[in-house]
Amino acid sequence: MVKNKVLLRIENLKKYFPISGGLLSRRVGAVRAVDGISFDIKKGETLGLVGESGCGKSTTGRAILQLYKPSSGNVFFENTDLTKISTEELRQFRPKMQMIFQDPYTSLNPRHSVGKIIAEPLVIQGLMSKQQRKDQVAQLLELVGMNPAFMHRYPHEFSSGQRQRIGIARAISLNPSFIVCDEPISSLDVSIQAQVINLLQDLQEQFSLTYLFIAHDLSMVKHISHRIAVMYLGKIVEFAGGNALFNNPLHPYTQSLISAVPVPDPQVERKRHRIILEGEVPSPTNPPKGCVFSTRCPLAIDTCFLAPPEYREVQPEHFVACHRVRAG
Amino acid sequence: MAKNRAVQTNDSFLDIERTFLNRMFYASRFLWRDKSAIIGLLLFLTVVVAAIFSSQLSPYDPLEQNLWNNKIPPAWSVGGSWNHPLGTDSLGRDMLSRIIYGARVSLTIGFFGVLLAGGIGLLMGTIAGYYGGPVDAVIMGAVNLILSLPYLLFVVFIAAILGRSLLNVVLIFGITNAPIFARVTRGEVLRIRESGYIESAISSGARGGRIIFDHILPNMIGPFVTLATFEMSAMIFYEASLGFLGLSVPPTVPSWGNILASGRTYLTSAPWIATFPGLAIMFTSLGMNLLGDWLRDVLDPRLRRARK
Amino acid sequence: MNTQLILEVKDLVTKFYTLEGVVHAVSGVSFDLEEGETLAIVGESGSGKSVTVMSILGLIQSPPGKVEGGQAYFAGKYGRRDLLKLTPAELRNVRGGQIGFVFQDPISSLNPILTVGEQISETLVKHLGMSGEEAQKKTIELLEQVGIPDPKMRYRNYPHQFSGGMRQRVMIAIAIACNPAIIIADEATTALDVTIQAQIVDLFQRLRNVIGLAVIWITHDLGVVAGLADRVLVMYGGRVAEIALVDDLYKRPQHPYTIGLLSAITRLDARRSNRLVSIEGTPPDMLIPITHCPFAPRCPYVFERCWQEIPSLIVVGKQHLTSCFYDLDKRRPRDG
Repeated sequence: MVKNKVLLRIENLKKYFPISGGLLSRRVGAVRAVDGISFDIKKGETLGLVGESGCGKSTTGRAILQLYKPSSGNVFFENTDLTKISTEELRQFRPKMQMIFQDPYTSLNPRHSVGKIIAEPLVIQGLMSKQQRKDQVAQLLELVGMNPAFMHRYPHEFSSGQRQRIGIARAISLNPSFIVCDEPISSLDVSIQAQVINLLQDLQEQFSLTYLFIAHDLSMVKHISHRIAVMYLGKIVEFAGGNALFNNPLHPYTQSLISAVPVPDPQVERKRHRIILEGEVPSPTNPPKGCVFSTRCPLAIDTCFLAPPEYREVQPEHFVACHRVRAG
Repeated sequence: MAKNRAVQTNDSFLDIERTFLNRMFYASRFLWRDKSAIIGLLLFLTVVVAAIFSSQLSPYDPLEQNLWNNKIPPAWSVGGSWNHPLGTDSLGRDMLSRIIYGARVSLTIGFFGVLLAGGIGLLMGTIAGYYGGPVDAVIMGAVNLILSLPYLLFVVFIAAILGRSLLNVVLIFGITNAPIFARVTRGEVLRIRESGYIESAISSGARGGRIIFDHILPNMIGPFVTLATFEMSAMIFYEASLGFLGLSVPPTVPSWGNILASGRTYLTSAPWIATFPGLAIMFTSLGMNLLGDWLRDVLDPRLRRARK
Repeated sequence: MNTQLILEVKDLVTKFYTLEGVVHAVSGVSFDLEEGETLAIVGESGSGKSVTVMSILGLIQSPPGKVEGGQAYFAGKYGRRDLLKLTPAELRNVRGGQIGFVFQDPISSLNPILTVGEQISETLVKHLGMSGEEAQKKTIELLEQVGIPDPKMRYRNYPHQFSGGMRQRVMIAIAIACNPAIIIADEATTALDVTIQAQIVDLFQRLRNVIGLAVIWITHDLGVVAGLADRVLVMYGGRVAEIALVDDLYKRPQHPYTIGLLSAITRLDARRSNRLVSIEGTPPDMLIPITHCPFAPRCPYVFERCWQEIPSLIVVGKQHLTSCFYDLDKRRPRDG
């Protein structure tokens, strides 16, 4: 792949949610949803962000788009640090970075017609006339494979797959360069998932879109992503190109994650050796000292409980945060 | 590109622009399905017509006293006549006319009372719910303050200082009922604020005003309007209780509450004086409640024909 | 080897009479379950997979639902009986006592105000007539069996004190408490993280080997099915599309829907390809009764006969049945 330039770069991003308690609602602790992560995304690529519930991947997506204000760290979009600019300046950036949401039932306003929903970003930016907007909406509906006449209908008249398409049409209406896809297919039926994934890939090709694809379905992430980051308890434990990650997973969590994913082939399944993790994910309010994975890691040694491992490039383009992995 | 078969449906309404008239037409099909709603509508319309066309519909001046003709029973009873179909009260005033004119007072109080209470409550609830934090705390504190006012004391106070008038009753009801609107509004705003489409609006660059007016308020209409209809019927009740205490509109003005109150002493000798305003209140409330139920169902987007 | 059939379902029909119209949720489903086997019922939303099983267990809310036809013979403690003909009281006896089930969402299936131990013991007392003490002892054993650490202490915990995966284990403990002949798991791992799912699937396999349970596993996840099932039943539009032994289904699918499903899913061990093969169109509207193959609108092999009749199940191999007029091996419509 041609060395494309970097579109988005985050540095040491953190997002803590305060917990208040007690009589006077004082701050008694924090949920460390995102606890210091860094990566970059190149123009035109799909970066997969994968992890299980509570790992902080959805929070990461929102923090990048400044829907949550990051607690600390930097988000460089086209070389501008989004965390340091004013709300007004941020509004200028909004058209370039959009989001596709997980739940097709709550992500569309039930009181607005489909046309109104898709046109809203255009209305907010105020650049087109009413007729131009209508034409644009018709075009967008066709782009996502739906009949333009549907613009007069309401969300509840559509299936979940179709609603996701409406959400996609809305997301691309402003011609963004970057889209955060937050579990866009998790709520869909299997046969519909394939349709929507194909649509996302076609749009990426047609419009040179850059995606941050957040999901927990490892197989799907592998299918669509160029590079993948694996998150656990607010940290990135491994980061590599798609093939490199699956052919040579270095972090014990990645290895157990991969071994846990079922493969739709009975013969393969029978021969598989599963790494079954013991225990539960620790609470993000009280993460383990040392490596976040230490409490469940089959390879943990003393160092792992005392100090968090360094996140470093152990092979070309392959980053790991693990004490047990040697470079080279 | 993955093709998508068009949704097969015979309902061509779905594909035309939903103007107000078109929607009313569509909604009227809903009305027909729900028989109790029709009853509610009829009752409500009867009251409205009575209020608007009071002078045309009343056979007599409601204030005209005729002590020779006092306490005449209704037409179907012994001693009654069709001159006074619902009889007369203790001062010889025609009951039917008084009931008809009473509709004016009740509807005015109900309508403007709800307008005031709803307006104040909507404002308070929306700001508290949307901005949260200290603003929320202050506004909800004010709400609790109003709620903790001893109601009757407050009413007596207002009546004593400002006198008895229609305006004052509306004022009292508006203020004392604002909290319930505020609470319901705030709850709805909090709920809606978490929806995905709000996040989407924010990420498209929408400002607070657009989010509140375009997204939050329209999605609150259902519960809000339903509450409004129920409150309206409740206020008609409250007026009656105020009338009973002699704190409603001045006794010269025929209100159902006043008529009811005046009939108290004659419950055994002339029971119709209290009965008819009571029935009027009952049927009006019933009508409004039925309408309110229907409105709630119609305005709930989930109950419309939904696909999986 | 002649194993006994523990469940025989024949021509099950269930409809829902709603304001919108009649939903034909299940339109003639038949299948068998052998002792000790794991049968997976696979389908997407609207296929009728959950309704099928709920109908058999008498869990359909009536109104608006109504089981209108068919039989469900269960060879239980009291001999071979048609579950659809039992009284509600008899069915209650069967449920929990002879057929256990595990649902998707343990949060709503567990009583939040009773401790976990109480809920399990309750089943034991009710169905097996144990005394309180015996039940408590057995409960702690069960908790251990399903892999809950420190069972004596956890006995006294409430459901909200458990994580999702642990709650599901509790559900499994309740389900196996009375030594049922069958356990029905309806999307039991769908809401769980994949590593937790692996734990639960592993638990099921162990239990199956140790206790010899028959399991009906309802899911849409063809990956889990590959690792767990002996036989697979694919449902579409309220009917059976295909039944086969698990290896046959994945190697030699004989129904276009099955093929479509298998092509539409991603595989971890596949090389990165450019496009998934998706099934065109959308799942059927169950309000309209049909007189043709339910998959016809989306089938790439459709021809005239598919629109004229409803296909019935035909044998295409050892324990392999399909309801399709098109012969995929010979690449032409079937004769007869």
